[in-house]
Amino acid sequence: MFVKNLAVAGAFAGLMGTAAFAAGHGCEIGARVSIVGNEFPAIQTVGAGAQECTGAEVTTNLTADHQKINVAGMQGNPAEYTSAIIANSSIVALMNEDVIRPLNDLVETHGDGLQPGQLIRIGGDVMAVAFMANAQHLMYRKDILEQIGVEPPSTYEEMIEAAQMIRDQGIMENPIGGAYAAGWNLAQEFNNMFLGFGGQHFKPGTAEPSVNSEAGVNALNMMKALSEYMNPDFLTHDSNATNAEYRAGNIALLNMWGSRAATQTTTEGVTDAVKNGHAVAGPMTVGGGSTPASTLWWDGWTVAKNISDAEAEATFLAMKNAIRPAILEDAEVAKQAVWLIEGYEPTDAAVGVFEAAKAGTTPYPMLPYMGLMHTALGNELADFMQGKESAEQALADVEAAYTAAAKEKGFLQ
Amino acid sequence: MASRAQRMPRSLRIASSAFVLFWFVLAAFPFIWTVWGSFKVELDFFSIADWTNAITGERTKAAHGSPFTGAGYYGAWVQEEFWRNVINTGIVCVFVVCTSLTIGTLGGYALSRSSYNYTFWLLITALIFRAMPPITLVAGYLLPFFQWNLWGILPTTIIVLVAINQPFTLWMLHSFFKNIPKELDESAKVDGCNQFQAFRRVIIPVMWPGVITTGLFSFLLAYNDFAVTSMLLSESNRTMVPEIAAFLGTTYTEGNVMFAVSAVVSATVPLFILVMFFQRQIVSGLTAGAVKG
Amino acid sequence: MRHKTFLWFFLPTGLAMLLFIALPIVSVLVQSVFAPHEAVLKEVENCTPLVGCVTETTIDQEATRELRENQPLGRFVGLDIYLDRGHLAVAEVGQAWVDAATWDEFWHRLFNLPLYRALSFTLTFTFLVTPLLILLGLMIALAVNSLHRHLKGLMIFFSLLPMIVTPLIGSLILFWMIDSRGIIGSALVSIAGDPNFSLKASTGLMWVSLIVYGVWHSAPFAFVVFYAGLQTLPKDQLESAQIDGATRWQQVRYVVIPHLMPLVTFVALIQLMDNFRIFEPIVGFNASAHATSLSWIIFNDLGGETRQLSAASATSVLTIFGVAILLSPVLVRTWRDFRGKT
Repeated sequence: MFVKNLAVAGAFAGLMGTAAFAAGHGCEIGARVSIVGNEFPAIQTVGAGAQECTGAEVTTNLTADHQKINVAGMQGNPAEYTSAIIANSSIVALMNEDVIRPLNDLVETHGDGLQPGQLIRIGGDVMAVAFMANAQHLMYRKDILEQIGVEPPSTYEEMIEAAQMIRDQGIMENPIGGAYAAGWNLAQEFNNMFLGFGGQHFKPGTAEPSVNSEAGVNALNMMKALSEYMNPDFLTHDSNATNAEYRAGNIALLNMWGSRAATQTTTEGVTDAVKNGHAVAGPMTVGGGSTPASTLWWDGWTVAKNISDAEAEATFLAMKNAIRPAILEDAEVAKQAVWLIEGYEPTDAAVGVFEAAKAGTTPYPMLPYMGLMHTALGNELADFMQGKESAEQALADVEAAYTAAAKEKGFLQ
Repeated sequence: MASRAQRMPRSLRIASSAFVLFWFVLAAFPFIWTVWGSFKVELDFFSIADWTNAITGERTKAAHGSPFTGAGYYGAWVQEEFWRNVINTGIVCVFVVCTSLTIGTLGGYALSRSSYNYTFWLLITALIFRAMPPITLVAGYLLPFFQWNLWGILPTTIIVLVAINQPFTLWMLHSFFKNIPKELDESAKVDGCNQFQAFRRVIIPVMWPGVITTGLFSFLLAYNDFAVTSMLLSESNRTMVPEIAAFLGTTYTEGNVMFAVSAVVSATVPLFILVMFFQRQIVSGLTAGAVKG
Repeated sequence: MRHKTFLWFFLPTGLAMLLFIALPIVSVLVQSVFAPHEAVLKEVENCTPLVGCVTETTIDQEATRELRENQPLGRFVGLDIYLDRGHLAVAEVGQAWVDAATWDEFWHRLFNLPLYRALSFTLTFTFLVTPLLILLGLMIALAVNSLHRHLKGLMIFFSLLPMIVTPLIGSLILFWMIDSRGIIGSALVSIAGDPNFSLKASTGLMWVSLIVYGVWHSAPFAFVVFYAGLQTLPKDQLESAQIDGATRWQQVRYVVIPHLMPLVTFVALIQLMDNFRIFEPIVGFNASAHATSLSWIIFNDLGGETRQLSAASATSVLTIFGVAILLSPVLVRTWRDFRGKT
């Protein structure tokens, strides 16, 4: 109820004009702020929110290539960027190079209004403030599932059964979709499945790989089984291509990013069958496990290390202003993401991500060497998916490729 | 324009015309298809349900009531202010072409007229320089550029594009200058000109076909570059290609492919004008008759 | 030309290349023999939203900082990175040589290694695409040159299209067209008579698609260069050849081609190099499951969440060596020409 009242209040505030709106929040800063980050709509909103602050210049550079420039842009002294917007996979690159500062003192003085869950703590230090969450979960066509008379699958095994039924009844030839494009996407699907089977990427406390395990082989075999129900070109399908298949009505079941749920059927020209049949559910489990075969992600902002304390303070204030609860009063903004901001009420599209969190989905590992493992998986698993080599061989290749990379980066001796 | 020596028998003329037509279809078909598709919605443009939708525009009809829509163009030009990127590209292209042709012509001419061994080795070194993958070069620029506050602005990108394209420009102009007989400038030198005057009075007037062609490639490089511009330009200074890439979206979120497609189609218009304007310069120019004597 | 005059003519271009290419190459060379310091790891408790806290490993920055400050370049590893599995994989190749009972098995194991797998596609691509595009470019240039002059300008523009349309979008469109449901794909499916026929699902067909794309994309370059060269063709030579009764083919063979030869060498050099560095089509077609190249490996090393600068540097240096070896026959020829003319 509280949220609804807030929304009404927000509507009034909106009527009073944006200038008054911005000034009313009194975000006054005393030093430059410069933000680098990805460019999707939710982050554009955050960038614009930071720029509402007055008193000093706030610049943003929001680009898909942010990961390639943020380390270099924060290594100088003073750093070009005072804040980088990152996810749990990419914060490690900044921490590895030691370019972001702990926010403990800033949280203490200015942290009112941030929820404890938003603070990303690494070894007792707050290193980032998260503002949105993401996870891959099930999307399906409820009309098709009704037609064959099954419930939405809660496990991958059920997904295959449903797919077989859809195929047998001649509704669709290849009912399952998945972002299995060789490279980052394929590796991510493996991570999901591997964690669902209870696998651990590394031997605890070390950088030694342990993907060539029973869980790894099971994960690969499950992916292979799923791929039998996919379009034969699946190794070239990234999430854009997979979504295109879904919208064209060619597939009925897919594991897809929650951040894409809201726009799934709003694109121009989607057929009514897809529009009305579209539904989302939580991520599936696999192999009798209880942890969903998915990973939980967050996006958040950091503050650079090589800048003056005044700039750090200004950055903290501007970024906090950008993610203040009031931004959710705009219904468009509320739909943009699964916000981790106080007062956020999940929209229909956000159900999947919340289900993922509730079911105890593992967060994507925040390890210094996880990026190397992800790259190695992406490069070496395609051979197995094409039937060119055995699962054991593919996983042995992954470990060998990872080991070479980890030795170079100094994680393994 | 064909001289008598080039007049062809009918059979050859037909074969030649058929071949041109074949090549025309091959070269232009994907583009014409894109122009057609740019007035459709994404589901028709990439119609994997049924490819004939791309022609009939079935989903476009459902969404807009007519098989054609300018929504992609409106989105790109009005909503996303694509014209800003067009202006940036214009600035980058003009300066890259002028700078690289100026310093490249001087260098290429010198290389073609000097007979010492070092010219050969300079050419080879330039060639080896060109073998360096640009992504590695750009990754190396980042740190110093950020440190010296040069990152993100157009002049830096222009200089980098000129520099990494110099080996190509040098080689190309060197090949063209070698086709201009040495007797031309040597006779000028006999008449009392120094090397630079000979270059200016005798070579410049006849070098245009080569220079224009080289300029065309410099232009295309600056125009189409993604590796350098996407890494060295800030969001507010973006040229067209990185902006088009931005329209396409990322793994987690959807882009707007039709904005990108309309932007690509509109981006081709200035090139069309440019080629039509300069094709005479490519055709006319040096003829061997001018050399004899 | 005197040394001093030459210097002044060459100075601006030389300076640009020195600063922006030569210096970075030196730094890449240095980078490839140094690797980041060994990381001191420690276990900490990480807390994230919606989940709570878990114990994870991170880098002990305090302990690592001292190492970094003492040797800012990193630790010297010599040629280790060049020889590791991601590059020349000396140990792995040696092992495969010892273990493999048959040639087949040896090749299989060799092409399981990233660099050799990339080389197998890169070299096939380079040696097929380069001659084909030169031939196609020459044919187009001759044909367009014989057109009516009003048609020439239009034809030049349309011929340039495969080069002009940014590969970002160009490959996206072709990627759809060759999809089994796209326009070209559908045509191929009906020709093949097999509803499951797909260019993208098989390695061999994907290679063919990439090669066809390569020729299509680069032929305009060869065309424009040759076309410009044809404009400087000495007409009197052609006429005298005709008076001597040379057939059209003989005119092309003995007058046109020798005249264009320096340009052919130039196109061959540039295209051998560009094709050896093939990269964009692989990304555009999402083809990395079937075909990789050296440039793609570099992109992959630099594009991951943890950037492998040393590995990318080593691959870059190997690329330069590869190009040098590849071009050496053409270069030797250029050297002979050069010597012959002086």
